[in-house]
Amino acid sequence: MTSTSLRRRLVSRAAEAFCAVSVVIALLPLALILFYVVKEGIGALNADFFTKMPKPVGEAGGGMANAIAGTLILIAIAAGFAVPAGVICGIHLSEYPKSAFSTIVRFAADVLNGVPSIVVGIFVYGILVLPVKRFSALSGGVALGILMLPIVIRTTEELLRLVPAGLREGALALGATRSRAIFTVILPAALPGILTGILVALARVAGETAPLLFTAFNNRYWSTSLTQPIASLTVQVFTYAISPYEDWHRQAWAGAFLLVMMILVLSIAARLAVRRLERMNRP
Amino acid sequence: MNTTFKSRDDRGFRIGTGAIAALVLLVVLGIGFELTRQSLLSIAKFGFGFWKGTTWDPVSGEFGALPFIWGTLYSALLALLLSTPIAIGIAVFISELSPRALRQPLTYLTELLAAIPSIVYGLWGVFVLVPAVRKLELMTPESWKKIPLFKGPPLGVGMLAAALILAVMVIPLTSSVAREVLKNVPSTQREAAYALGATRWEAIRIALGFGRTGIIGAIMLGFGRALGETMAVTMVIGNNPQLSASLFAPQYTMAAVIANEFSEAADELYLHALIEIGLLLFIITIIVNLISRVMVRSRRTA
Amino acid sequence: MNEPKIHVKDFDFFYGASKVLHGISMDIPDRQVTALIGPSGCGKSTFVRSINRMNDIIPDARGTGTILIDGKNVYGRDTDVVALRRRVGMVFQKSNPFPKSIFENVAYGLRINGGGSKREMAEIVERSLRRAALWEEVKDRLHSSAFALSGGQQQRLCIARALAVDPEILLMDEPASALDPIATTKIEELIYELKSNYTIVIVTHNMQQAARVSDKTAFFMMGRLVELGDTKTMFMTPKEKMTEDYVTGRFG
Repeated sequence: MTSTSLRRRLVSRAAEAFCAVSVVIALLPLALILFYVVKEGIGALNADFFTKMPKPVGEAGGGMANAIAGTLILIAIAAGFAVPAGVICGIHLSEYPKSAFSTIVRFAADVLNGVPSIVVGIFVYGILVLPVKRFSALSGGVALGILMLPIVIRTTEELLRLVPAGLREGALALGATRSRAIFTVILPAALPGILTGILVALARVAGETAPLLFTAFNNRYWSTSLTQPIASLTVQVFTYAISPYEDWHRQAWAGAFLLVMMILVLSIAARLAVRRLERMNRP
Repeated sequence: MNTTFKSRDDRGFRIGTGAIAALVLLVVLGIGFELTRQSLLSIAKFGFGFWKGTTWDPVSGEFGALPFIWGTLYSALLALLLSTPIAIGIAVFISELSPRALRQPLTYLTELLAAIPSIVYGLWGVFVLVPAVRKLELMTPESWKKIPLFKGPPLGVGMLAAALILAVMVIPLTSSVAREVLKNVPSTQREAAYALGATRWEAIRIALGFGRTGIIGAIMLGFGRALGETMAVTMVIGNNPQLSASLFAPQYTMAAVIANEFSEAADELYLHALIEIGLLLFIITIIVNLISRVMVRSRRTA
Repeated sequence: MNEPKIHVKDFDFFYGASKVLHGISMDIPDRQVTALIGPSGCGKSTFVRSINRMNDIIPDARGTGTILIDGKNVYGRDTDVVALRRRVGMVFQKSNPFPKSIFENVAYGLRINGGGSKREMAEIVERSLRRAALWEEVKDRLHSSAFALSGGQQQRLCIARALAVDPEILLMDEPASALDPIATTKIEELIYELKSNYTIVIVTHNMQQAARVSDKTAFFMMGRLVELGDTKTMFMTPKEKMTEDYVTGRFG
């Protein structure tokens, strides 16, 4: 063994060690964040948190019932238009993959995916808030929906392409029209996977704050109206976090805990959906 | 008889789904249009001076965006500096070194890091990271304080805290794209290196070299993400528009100023100035994202 | 002899610029089995997929010439492709059951054509499964996934699915090539049963199979129809040297 080869082996070992250490370095903040969210959050999480309204400034107690309801409403609005629109768009892209139009649309979806969420907030402010001079749940939902779109489109397109061509031929050979074949055979075959994409998209927008700041805004009171400002977990956590009150800080942690739990549940659901898909596709 | 194949049912279907697909196009064009329209006042009044101005004074109606641009670029570049070696280290570890059984769990955990909402990072930043950074700043020896990089009082909030949190937030994106790139490097590349007597690391370097363009694309994708990141940054950076090289100085970013001041912007010029910042952010992120996507894809087909 | 069920005259086919079928002309008789044989890439699959215009879904594919079914032009301007495919059933090389239950697979064609009452549907599904010789094996689990069936069962399910819409013609593109010998035998027996009611065109690269199941055999080579005749004649005393070389295994 010459000494150069020893040096080279040491360099290799050192580099490999660095890579392993990187993993630890990256997972450390994850562990720390989860630790603090659980530690600080779980204590503040009680029945009041889910059922009570926020107390006036500086008073202890109260909860985030309105913000929890608000987040659910906002997500429902977002999914209500982004899921059908995104899936249909994905179908178009996978059916006509090479047309100039599809290329442009795919490009636009890519662009949209990279646009900072706060910029989407400004856009929705301009088209839905400014004209009526009022913040609204609807505008917040639309902003979140726009952020969901590219994810739903991308997953739909990719998963439809994975459906074996034989299924399409089988349906067409039985006299199905193209649209019939897609909606009765091809889309159902890809559905579990598409569902995963939708869950991932939901998890992403459920945690969004920036685009809501000047669309849904915030609301200290219970509201389910689409045309009124509405509270959300994320904006509420933000408001409480930067406030000077101890009790609000506690509630902010509780809100963060709830958000993280929601996202964990959604991503585990997504994993399960993927597993089901794999089972389905194994004939 | 000569028949080109086009089914009749196809037309309606194509046009119907196409109309919905056009919505995406409309949204992207709409963003560009709306952002321009809503910032015309500021564009007309300040012109290019807007980007060079260093004073941001809503009360006197003077708006210069340079401190925000500086803060955005500085924080994103610092984040990149911190996150790149680690992100690539993770990608290499998961795709080349890790035992098979660890691969899935590690991938899942790093993806979890990406799933945590920005606001939760922010909250953690305010109550855990910022106090820790403050301690670090207090420990800095006096002699270092003369260097511009470490000037200023130990506030905790500031550029360093922002860069740290941004770094953590972009690691999962960069490492997952880099992992994809490595996965697409033909195994013959590594085998060829081994056959020539390369060590494991030397073979990995061959793979990294083969996927070079894609890796740089992955890093740029992370950069794009860092540029637009809003909540976590605004909660820890101190929100003070100033041009400073110091890691300890509170500064401000483009996204942060929009988030903080938008709903308070009383007069139209103020609002237009904020939206013009949004417009620039939109343009920059589009450019960065497109370049990085082209780079990531170019190697995939190679 | 009666009018041919399918009449083909000077049919050419192109994928983009490359011509893959050259002036095919042949008559396919009603209620008989016609086998198309030839080495791979000879165009026999493309030809059989032209009969129900399955090639339409391939971009840049183009056919010229005439294919008549009962005297009506398959490639006419006013041909309703969807209706055509209902009349011409098809079974593919790789079985392609939908990710649905056994029942729903067979009922699919009925449903997209407007369906019927629950009872009618059940009757047709049972009849189709019986005709495909699958009923006895699946009658107790009609609502479990089609993927739970074996390869041979899946292929017979696809045949049942095609039969359920009551086609007149059944096209089979190497229906047994992915199956084991026992499953293959079952499919061949099935073909024999079915020919009293259907006009069957089967593509196969297995010459014993062609000899066993078909009445007529057509030999394709490099996109051309070399010879067409009674199966017995084709295998015993073919007219063309090329056919003889192929059926005796000298190439291909």
